[in-house]
Amino acid sequence: MAANGWTPDQPIVSIRDVHKSFGELEVLKGVSLDVMKGEVICIIGPSGSGKSTLIRCVNALNDIQAGSITVEGQEVHDPNLNKLELRKKVGMVFQQYNLFPHKTAIENVMMAPVLVLKEPKADVETRARALIKKVRLEGKEDSYPGELSGGQQQRVAIARSLAMQPDVMLFDEVTAALDPETVKEVLVTIKELAQDGMTCILVTHEMGFAREVADHIYFTDRGVIVEHGPPATFFKEAKDPRTKEFLSQIL
Amino acid sequence: MAPRFFGVRGMLEGIRSFFKELAETHPKWNFIYIYDPVQTERVLDGLWMTIQLSVFCVILSVIIGVVGAWLQGSPHRWVRAIVQGYIQFFRNTPPLIQLLFFYFALGQFTPTITAADGWTVEPIISNVGWAIISLSFFAGAFNVEIFRAGIEAVPVSTQEASESLGMSRLQTYIYIVLPLAFRVSLPALNNNLVNLVKTTTQAIVIAVPELLYQLVSMYNDYSTAQNACMVLMFVVYITLVGILVLGMNRWERAMRIPGYGT
Repeated sequence: MAANGWTPDQPIVSIRDVHKSFGELEVLKGVSLDVMKGEVICIIGPSGSGKSTLIRCVNALNDIQAGSITVEGQEVHDPNLNKLELRKKVGMVFQQYNLFPHKTAIENVMMAPVLVLKEPKADVETRARALIKKVRLEGKEDSYPGELSGGQQQRVAIARSLAMQPDVMLFDEVTAALDPETVKEVLVTIKELAQDGMTCILVTHEMGFAREVADHIYFTDRGVIVEHGPPATFFKEAKDPRTKEFLSQIL
Repeated sequence: MAPRFFGVRGMLEGIRSFFKELAETHPKWNFIYIYDPVQTERVLDGLWMTIQLSVFCVILSVIIGVVGAWLQGSPHRWVRAIVQGYIQFFRNTPPLIQLLFFYFALGQFTPTITAADGWTVEPIISNVGWAIISLSFFAGAFNVEIFRAGIEAVPVSTQEASESLGMSRLQTYIYIVLPLAFRVSLPALNNNLVNLVKTTTQAIVIAVPELLYQLVSMYNDYSTAQNACMVLMFVVYITLVGILVLGMNRWERAMRIPGYGT
């Protein structure tokens, strides 16, 4: 049991009535959802519906105006929060990979554990090599991001995030910038991660993938969650007209 | 008469006597610093001072640039205001006036120390010290702006990635932003440092015995040496700046990242 009373049978991420505005523009208008440990949830919805903003709020890259987000019982938007503690728990992978271009693949993976967790370099290197193998990039350890394809870079980014040994992984449209043929390799990596029991929150446009890996799907539109449910029912029995319209456009 | 001279020593003597004769036959071309050891010494002293000034100022101004650019990103408004004020002051006033101001105006208020002889009193910061301070701050103001431009070229998303991995603002600056910004900044930095090396000549106004000072005094003493002194100045500065540029270009190449920015 964690110091703040959180136990693994409670939601690992709990989002309660979150409001978020950029200036005059209200992007999230009261969003609530819970994620249990080991669950994979997908957030889908049209562009501008606030899905990326929502997961960026989970690791405090964006602040919120009202509501609450907790990770393992810890309030994320508590001004006294030690952000480092939060970021040890929550890993994030971005649409544009955002690798450090002046570092090789293995250096990208090793950097945070060495600098932030102050772990011995040798231990980190062993782990980093294992992670690079896990994302099927053996032999690319010493390549610079600029020498890798988009799909390969994104897999390095996943390994880099995993190196911090987080409890929750956030994926922000991680295949949106990829060529169609490399999308699959990244999705396979995420699927394996999900099967290993990693708690994952994905923002995605890959409906087939969402249907396959998600335990729960949330559909957002204009800052609210319109509808949610397990994939089996969500895709077949969507009730809300907005969900139906969205699904009819992309399926 | 050439066969009389053998070896390096002989060759040097041959060169000396050639220029001595040249000065006699062509009085406008008195390369006195080649055949008169006292004048050679003056040139070497001046050259050494110029090199020292350049090296210290280059290093200090780069440090000022890095620190200033870091402070410019400070969350405190007054810190940013101070940096901005500093840049405006040093960028918008002539370096010559800055040198005079530092040495004659500020120099009055610095503490003094009694010299070894027991009764002459010297300021704690010499004219050379003031020249280094003043020129470093001058070039540093430009370096802050140069690095800021480089920092702005580093995508915010790259910094967010670093932040989301738990790195602090300082760690992100040192390990991610600065190395990338530096590469972007190098060509502009290169230009500014070239300017700085050339601007060290202005230290002559506070009597810093650098190369220009020595050569001007030399042709004041020997008016026939004027043309020869001018020639030497051009040769020395072309060589010094050439070495700097060569070094910077090599550095730029060494820092190139495979597959990035090409």
